[in-house]
Amino acid sequence: MLSQILQLLVAGVSQGCVYALVALGFVLIYKATETVNFAQGDVMMLGAFFALTGSVILGWPYWATILFAVGVMAVVGMLTERLVLRPVLGHPAFTVVMITIGIGYVMRGVVTMVPGWGTETHQIPTPYVDDVWKLGGVIIPVQQLMVIAMTAALCAVLYLFFRFTRIGVAMQATSQNQLAAYYMGIPVRRVNMLIWGISAGVAAFAGILLAPATFVHSNMGFIGLKAFPAAVVGGFGSVPGSIVGGLIIGVVEALAGFYLPEGFKDVAAYAVVLVVLLVWPSGIFGETMAKKV
Amino acid sequence: MRFLFKTGYEQDVRLFKHGGQVFWYGVLAVVLLAAPWWAGDYVMTQLHFICIYSIVGFGLMMLVGFTGQISLGHAAFLAVGAYTEALMQAAGIPFVISISCAALFSAVAGLIVGLPALRLKGIYLAIATLAFNVIVEEILARWHSLTGGNEGMTVKPVRMLGYELTNDWQFYYLCLALTVLCGLACVNLLRSPTGRAFVAIRDSEISASCLGVNLAKYKTMSFAISAALTGIAGALYAHKIAFISPEQFTLFQSIELITIVILGGVGFLHGAVLGAAFVIVLPQLISIAKGWLPEGVAPTGLQAVVFGVILILFIIFEPLGLYGRWLKVRTWFELFPFYRRGMFRRQKSYMKSERLR
Repeated sequence: MLSQILQLLVAGVSQGCVYALVALGFVLIYKATETVNFAQGDVMMLGAFFALTGSVILGWPYWATILFAVGVMAVVGMLTERLVLRPVLGHPAFTVVMITIGIGYVMRGVVTMVPGWGTETHQIPTPYVDDVWKLGGVIIPVQQLMVIAMTAALCAVLYLFFRFTRIGVAMQATSQNQLAAYYMGIPVRRVNMLIWGISAGVAAFAGILLAPATFVHSNMGFIGLKAFPAAVVGGFGSVPGSIVGGLIIGVVEALAGFYLPEGFKDVAAYAVVLVVLLVWPSGIFGETMAKKV
Repeated sequence: MRFLFKTGYEQDVRLFKHGGQVFWYGVLAVVLLAAPWWAGDYVMTQLHFICIYSIVGFGLMMLVGFTGQISLGHAAFLAVGAYTEALMQAAGIPFVISISCAALFSAVAGLIVGLPALRLKGIYLAIATLAFNVIVEEILARWHSLTGGNEGMTVKPVRMLGYELTNDWQFYYLCLALTVLCGLACVNLLRSPTGRAFVAIRDSEISASCLGVNLAKYKTMSFAISAALTGIAGALYAHKIAFISPEQFTLFQSIELITIVILGGVGFLHGAVLGAAFVIVLPQLISIAKGWLPEGVAPTGLQAVVFGVILILFIIFEPLGLYGRWLKVRTWFELFPFYRRGMFRRQKSYMKSERLR
């Protein structure tokens, strides 16, 4: 019984880590530019396809694949910001949301049209694919532990980056107050472009981590729709909140899938987000500032 | 260039502002009424869908275009309308009652969604409606005894006043009549204090509440009206498709519905109709374009790519949508040769932030 719960928890946390990474991408962009990027899931999908190109089609080792996919996606993210998002700077938030939905459509469509990618389901070989750890009665796939460990490592790197590098601090400043940051001589537009790059890179990383669990196909980006509740649960403007939100959604989903009747697993994330929004309208860690009129 | 001299108050109340409008709407009415004679089966089907999507467009326009609330869950209202209609028609209830019930139940669903809208804004509202859509879809799939689950259910043709509307043209006139009715209802609503309150909320919630607009009341009302219209469209949709299943009412349907409003032009009722026509006709054009693709490129994703690119280009280059483009063309001709490029330029507001409330 206890071991079962433990197993479920590990599975939920590892799934939650992927949600958390995608949600992190949402939040980074939202904090910096107040844009909600509905294409985040599709960015992740595209990243997974680049990883597929690296590892299966070109036959590179796993670590090189990760670097390749993350790097390419960072460039894609920056280009997207420069070409599509910057012209609509200052438009109403919902207009920008629609444009990101358009980006998502384009990415999904393009992937199915590229020769070698297509609409089939692919698999990326991982070095630790079928190993299991046995601790007493608890059986844990190594792959889930690796997902958790790699997420933790990435979060640590990002934390150090935002805390200690010059450009990271500039990004924090931009996300707090663009105008003030601009007056302080921070190149706000370039910073926003970099943020999009980082966010796309993180999404690609999430895609690689998710690939062994769900395989790589053109519709894997729909998981972004589950990461979205994760970002909202944590409070859209909070980076630690997005991680916590992702873990909550992942664990709730794993438990709901096991203990509740069939069908509850798919709606668990959305039920959680509705409840959270009813109690805290801006998420658990959400920041609320009042405007003086 | 036409100058309108107003000499009496009843001129403000008139639906048609001048003779030109009467003439052109008259021409449109004649062309549409004569459609069964000039249109083939295929065009008739497209016209059915344009009517149905126009009604949805009206509903969404009231909510998104005039009240400024976001909804990514309108497919759920469409589903409520469609299933209500299907079940009631199966039970032999007259069409007039069943479509009223479809509107009513959708409105109730809209009220339920509207309640969190009092506290939520912007993106949080979008996610709440999105969650609602996913949950409704799941309920439809799981409530097997009522909805037939994922196998879906068939819908009988409309039975109205003792007749069965089996022909295309009969159903077409029904759709057209309902579209015109819904459109007129929206026009009139927008001229009433309620409509003015909606627009006030869209432009600034703070100033609206300062002017005595009850935000809670009007926001929920807007959701309910929007959902009711979508419910009516859902009922027609059910009859048109003749077979409904939960996968027709997914989030992607919601997104497609919202693109009607975006492409047509946010904030113009005409835009709803233009957008509906565009969204219906586009897939046909794309399927023609599939023949032009080079060898070796799979055509499966073309529709998504074109759809996405059009959405992006519209938002960047023509944020006012199709109707905005038409306004510009018309103004160009009216003012010739004095049209200036900046006449419709929108003011950018860089400091608009949702984090401050």
